[in-house]
Amino acid sequence: MMKTKERIIEAGLKFSSLITVLTTLGILWVLLSQSLVFFGEVSIIEFLTSREWTPLFENKHYGILPLLAGTALTTFVAIAVALPLGITIAIYLSEYASAPIRNTFKPLLEILAAVPTVVYGFFALTVVTPFLKGILPELATFNALSAGLVMGVMIIPMVSSLSEDALRAVPNSLREAAYGMGSTRLQTAFRVLVPAASSGIVVSVLLAISRAIGETMIVTIAAGQQPNLTFNPMETVETITAYIVQVSLGDVPHGSIEYRTIFAAGLMLFVLTFILNNISYFVKKRYQQQYE
Amino acid sequence: MNSRQKNRIKDRAFKYLGIFSTSIGLILLTVFIGSIIKDGIGRIDWDFLTNLPSRKAEKAGILTALAGSVWLLVMTAIVSIPLGVAAAIHLEEYSRKTRWSSFLEINITNLAGVPSVIYGILGLQIFVRTMRFGGSLLAGAFTLALLILPIIIVTTREAIKAVPSSIKEASYGLGATKWQTIRHQVLPAAGGSIATGIILALSRAIGETAPVIIIGALAYVAFVPQSPTDEFTVLPIQIFNWVSRPDHAFVVNAAAGIIVLLAVTFMMNGIAVYLRHRWQNKVNW
Repeated sequence: MMKTKERIIEAGLKFSSLITVLTTLGILWVLLSQSLVFFGEVSIIEFLTSREWTPLFENKHYGILPLLAGTALTTFVAIAVALPLGITIAIYLSEYASAPIRNTFKPLLEILAAVPTVVYGFFALTVVTPFLKGILPELATFNALSAGLVMGVMIIPMVSSLSEDALRAVPNSLREAAYGMGSTRLQTAFRVLVPAASSGIVVSVLLAISRAIGETMIVTIAAGQQPNLTFNPMETVETITAYIVQVSLGDVPHGSIEYRTIFAAGLMLFVLTFILNNISYFVKKRYQQQYE
Repeated sequence: MNSRQKNRIKDRAFKYLGIFSTSIGLILLTVFIGSIIKDGIGRIDWDFLTNLPSRKAEKAGILTALAGSVWLLVMTAIVSIPLGVAAAIHLEEYSRKTRWSSFLEINITNLAGVPSVIYGILGLQIFVRTMRFGGSLLAGAFTLALLILPIIIVTTREAIKAVPSSIKEASYGLGATKWQTIRHQVLPAAGGSIATGIILALSRAIGETAPVIIIGALAYVAFVPQSPTDEFTVLPIQIFNWVSRPDHAFVVNAAAGIIVLLAVTFMMNGIAVYLRHRWQNKVNW
């Protein structure tokens, strides 16, 4: 009796863990099956090489490049903010700050990541853009710069907390050896610890890039909804994610080719983040073994 | 000035750069929130919380959005908590180290990194279309549950892992079965950390906008949802809808809506931090 009960419970628990596999299969099935129909009508060559994305207009073109450029641009601006700040914070908290300061600031920084993204979008559009317009008069109302900057602030804690963990995992003997040779904390940090923790820092940056690529509401609200093959952050752009939201908000008939574009765009997005997440997973596994 | 002094100065300078970098994000956030409170606090009154949506900005309220968010939060919790905790128990206590278990692990790490819009697309095709839930609370709750499942699993596993094996061994020694040990020893001991993780995951769910837009939650819903199969809107969508309007009065509404959303989010985070703190002090292995 007892044994049967144990078995039933174990089966239930096992089923729950299988849900995660089903989720992945579901994502793959949905994206691939719908994209397959899409690529039956639009050649994959046009999708990857055409320089125009106008599925919602009369004259339809299905080139993903403008959306990729928009995504790349906002991501680049965000990383340009989050990388230097995040690593400086990580070094400061792990090598300079006292324990009470560290214990106060770490949770405070996490607040940055806890704020809903629609709120950040509002900040970018109503506070950052008007402020930047005062300095750069030719800035568009919807632009990649404001969206990227605000997104950068949001992902600071991702870079800083994972990098700090990596720095703190470096054995103390390395630190002591560097101090013994007369190094300052700064020299120790940049010449010994950062190289030693480099794989962990790379992981944090890859995950931050992946997060920035997938971020939706900030770019939808502040960067605009106009596909634009440009690398000028002052202009209006549309990211892959913003396009998916744009289609969802409109009344595109289901089953139409316009409707299927979101699955093709979604597949592109999934592939990009999947590659980044997996590289970082394997780098992380390797560096964990290094010190254990 | 010799090189030693120079290096000392650089070292000192970096310390201040570090203090600056650590505070700049928080200072910006304070400025942002300050400006929002300035814009929106005057708009918050009982009418704003209890009025139905309206085409006139000064009459519009957030009742349907707030009710939708509460419904969605509760339903998401009902779906995701049992599944997430059960999956974590299975992975941590039952599954042996095989290829399959390491595949499961990679898979969960991957799912945690899948952008939320992709979950929206998944929900649209599976729950809204294939299962014919339509743009209902049911479709929304299942979609968000899948979205936060990886977070719940990861934090629950960490919590279970932190329970010392001596407790388990003592329980087995007294003749308890595996499930009895988990049910009466492991889960109570890990309860605080599990609850913390769940609350943080739910606070993420309540702020999600994109996946809920994609599954077809509407910006304009005239009534408070009465059952899980009703159409709904949520607070973040209402805010998004107001932000995208040119009329300034609606932007003020958006600011007021944000104050309410942030209050809820920060409250949930506060509870999570408090729980973690209390549990850490209470249990000292």
